[in-house]
Amino acid sequence: MTYLLQQLINGLQLGFVYALIALGYTMVYGIVRLINFAHGDIFMIGAYFGFYLLGRFKLPFPLSILGAMLGTAILGITIERVAYKPLRTAPRIAALITAMGVSLFLEYFSSLKFVFGPNYLAYPRPFPIVNYNFGGLTISNIQVIVFGVAILLMLGLHFFVIKTKTGMAMRAVSFDKETAQLMGIDINRIISITFGIGSGLAGAGGVLYGIAYPQINPFMGIMPGLKAFVAAVLGGIGIIPGAMLGAVIMGVVEVLTAAFLSSTLRDAVAFAILIIVLLIKPTGILGKEATEKV
Amino acid sequence: MSNRTVKTIIMVIAVYIVLFILIKFSIINPYWHQILCYAGIMAIQALGLNLIYGYTGQFSLGQAAFYGIGAYLSAYISKTIHTTNPLILILGIIAGAILSGIVALLIGLPILRLRSDYLGIATLGFGIIMKIIFDNADAVIPSLGGSRGMTGIPRLTNFTWVFTVFVLAVLVIRNLINSSIGRALVSIREDEIAAEAVGIDTTKYKTLGFVIGCIYAGVAGALYAHLYSFLHPANFDFLKSIDVMLIIVLGGLGSISGTIITAIAWAFLLEGLRVVLPEAILDWRLVIYPLILIIIMLVRPRGIFGGMEFKFLKSD
Repeated sequence: MTYLLQQLINGLQLGFVYALIALGYTMVYGIVRLINFAHGDIFMIGAYFGFYLLGRFKLPFPLSILGAMLGTAILGITIERVAYKPLRTAPRIAALITAMGVSLFLEYFSSLKFVFGPNYLAYPRPFPIVNYNFGGLTISNIQVIVFGVAILLMLGLHFFVIKTKTGMAMRAVSFDKETAQLMGIDINRIISITFGIGSGLAGAGGVLYGIAYPQINPFMGIMPGLKAFVAAVLGGIGIIPGAMLGAVIMGVVEVLTAAFLSSTLRDAVAFAILIIVLLIKPTGILGKEATEKV
Repeated sequence: MSNRTVKTIIMVIAVYIVLFILIKFSIINPYWHQILCYAGIMAIQALGLNLIYGYTGQFSLGQAAFYGIGAYLSAYISKTIHTTNPLILILGIIAGAILSGIVALLIGLPILRLRSDYLGIATLGFGIIMKIIFDNADAVIPSLGGSRGMTGIPRLTNFTWVFTVFVLAVLVIRNLINSSIGRALVSIREDEIAAEAVGIDTTKYKTLGFVIGCIYAGVAGALYAHLYSFLHPANFDFLKSIDVMLIIVLGGLGSISGTIITAIAWAFLLEGLRVVLPEAILDWRLVIYPLILIIIMLVRPRGIFGGMEFKFLKSD
């Protein structure tokens, strides 16, 4: 029982990191209907920014994570401006293929020797690990930080989307782009902000992933990126609480599979759940059934 | 036989003879011979996906799974029977085609109910599950090698095999597209609800298109397995599915000519960059490739060839 609870906590830790990536996927999809395949690589670059800020510049942890978020936000906005914006009226598949191109570019460009290099790097530890014991359950300070930062960011995002004027504009654009434009909303600005916020969250996720699973390389973003995307679909794509719920489910299922079944099956179970959920409720757990107009 | 058919047949035979002579006299060296075969295999696979996505409009990102099924089954057959008789390749191709077709039917029936992106994600998930199965296949059948890779497959694929299968593949798809089945498939792509309203059994045709497309992938896999005599699950991960998707989108969806040209150009571009680039910037190969990809998409969002088609591939 303690073992199960312990694994649940580990699963939540992974799930919260996934949630930070999944939010970016779901926000971008909600607004431009694009599966941004490069999002996992932005997560990777966030981890590297954190690596340099923590390891080379010896900045304190909170500043490092903010720096990484700012860096990835700028990167995300730039990518949108350069690669996706010109394709907004093109067939959707063109933007999707471009996103794959951007993803490959970020991975292989990062692998170049004068950029980040192709090898695994050990992530710097900004503080010594402390384990707290609660009646047999061990929680490390790293887990506390992952939970704390992730929850803080998610609450911040929720507040931003619900309470601010920009957040309202984002919801309006995601609901109906043309009408939003007629109401005087600057679509380009909103899309840029969305990419910026989404990428910044992924960057924070990258730094948290780095300190929790301290090994990074330029291809580390592929699998977490895919799983976060699956999480977004699982919860109902375009729905922000859905992404968080889906991500937590994905993280917990993955860790429990590894702990109780077999670690080679962890990815298979996650994707099997995805297919089953899609077949039963294609719009995701929190998704609303859309009726088709003929 | 019409005049045009005769001309086409003569042309195909001429292309074959020219390339065959070039290979025979080592003007195309063994390395480029292998690339040429690989290009043909990619073209076959891409034709299959073009039928699924380009003509029927079903977004599938799991092509590599069927490619892998064909590859592993055919490799298992020729490795188990343990012969280098080239006829075993025919058996492998047929077996690979049948198994991919059956799996495609079983998977396709439930998931083809999904639309656009959701179908893409479901097929992507299926592809990743299949890759994990390939990774762990040695637990059930040791000779499949699992994540260590499968070795000792006879090298039977050569230009003649690839060319023959390729020509057959083009012929089948051309005739299929220009038949009533093809028109049904295209009508589903254009508007599924309208197609259903005029009495097209959309489930049946979607599944049919999907199964045939996956059979193409299985056949291509069987040829691939006997080309390099080594299989590794990494050859069938989701990036390989995306490669095929890239080819058909770049070539122009729903164009046989565009698919063929792009598949061959793609294989030669990736390998060609390896030869052309100086040693010092060889690392840049996979940086330049996505850049080319992004630029092509920005300049020609409807594919390099749009919907263009060679005359001999069109219906009358």
